[in-house]
Amino acid sequence: MLPDVGTVRDWLSQVPDPEIPVISLTDLGIIRDVEWQGDTLVVTVTPTYSGCPATSVINLDIEAALRARGIGKLRLERRLSPPWTTDWITPEGREKLRAYGIAPPVDGTAADGRLAGRVARLAGTSNPVIPCPRCGSTRTEKVSQFGSTPCKASYRCADCLEPFDYFKCI
Amino acid sequence: MPSLTDVMTADADLTRAPGIRTIAALGAAPENAFAEWLCRMGDNCLILGHRISEWCGHAPVLEEDIALANTALDLIGQTRLWLDLAGEVEGKGRSADTLAYLRDAAQFRNVLLVERPNGDFGHTLMRQFLFDAWHIEMLRALQSSADPRVAGIAAKAAKEVAYHLERSADLVIRLGDGTEESRARMQTALDRLWPYTGELFMGDAVDQAMAEAGIAPDPASLRAAWDSTVAEVMATATLVRPGGTFQHRGGKQGRHTEALGYILADMQFLQRAYPGAVW
Repeated sequence: MLPDVGTVRDWLSQVPDPEIPVISLTDLGIIRDVEWQGDTLVVTVTPTYSGCPATSVINLDIEAALRARGIGKLRLERRLSPPWTTDWITPEGREKLRAYGIAPPVDGTAADGRLAGRVARLAGTSNPVIPCPRCGSTRTEKVSQFGSTPCKASYRCADCLEPFDYFKCI
Repeated sequence: MPSLTDVMTADADLTRAPGIRTIAALGAAPENAFAEWLCRMGDNCLILGHRISEWCGHAPVLEEDIALANTALDLIGQTRLWLDLAGEVEGKGRSADTLAYLRDAAQFRNVLLVERPNGDFGHTLMRQFLFDAWHIEMLRALQSSADPRVAGIAAKAAKEVAYHLERSADLVIRLGDGTEESRARMQTALDRLWPYTGELFMGDAVDQAMAEAGIAPDPASLRAAWDSTVAEVMATATLVRPGGTFQHRGGKQGRHTEALGYILADMQFLQRAYPGAVW
């Protein structure tokens, strides 16, 4: 008997992200669809950052996990639209990120490419506050817009003095 | 400064070279226009992505090194999306890899701006800013493309490019409105790169076919928004927009500077020396 899609989603919720293994693929919000087409299981995945080297590993991990559960006929599809956003990371995923030392994304703060008013933003008056995932202080500063993986930016806490990663908003 | 007649003569010579599709040939055979246009989008990302990846391990500070490598990674990811679609539309079984590694310089369709050598760090960031400011307007317009595949790629890429633009604009401002030394370098970079910006807005038969099909905007229509972004950032950066009007052209039609050959020699070496090599 074929397992229902809810069961398959449960299985996928146990597949860790290859770069940040504390969160799962379902936490990341990249599993867009799971459905049976006849006796073939079709899993639709959306990429995170278009150059992320983890994308092919993610596909491999999904396939390995589902094969291990006895899924014989499987097809992975890529869906580009609507494009993935950090807003899709689940509340549980955000808590796991924080506990792991990565400040979760602040929704609605992704760059929009419009520079008008940029000068005021550079002065820091309307920059989002990114609380330190270690001590909770809001006295933090951006070190770089980019970090150790395509999904992260580098920050520093002015109170506990620890550097930390912030999940880059797109 | 070459006169328009010189440029036209060069075109005529190229038209006779076998296997090279030129602007004149395209005017006669616009059925290739869509694949051709997709190669332009992909090649801009590929060549700029490769250029800035040259900084990996060489940038002035670690954070900047990582930032440039990440930007390069985004651009190479976008390259794959555009060139895979170009191969699909072309219908000759070529993949993004085939297009990236097995075409020679005259088949590349990137604008000349992105193949300019890196120069110093400021020059690299100025080139990035001038490109990003165009790229974001192009991607914004493409999100309402009549072709849903194009609109999908554009929506995906626009998020990343918005991020690139914020960074390159910030750094152009910081270095322009910085020390005497950094300001002088940024002004020099702007003066040198300026004659390569006009090509971004010059249309040809391919662009016209795309605009008529509702697939892509007329390049000239992006100019006003780009001008306003550039004006705002240059004013804040205390830099002066160059007055010269001469603009280089030809990259979009496959007429490149010698700089591209060196990039391809690096990038394509493995596939040329060991055809079909995989790992």
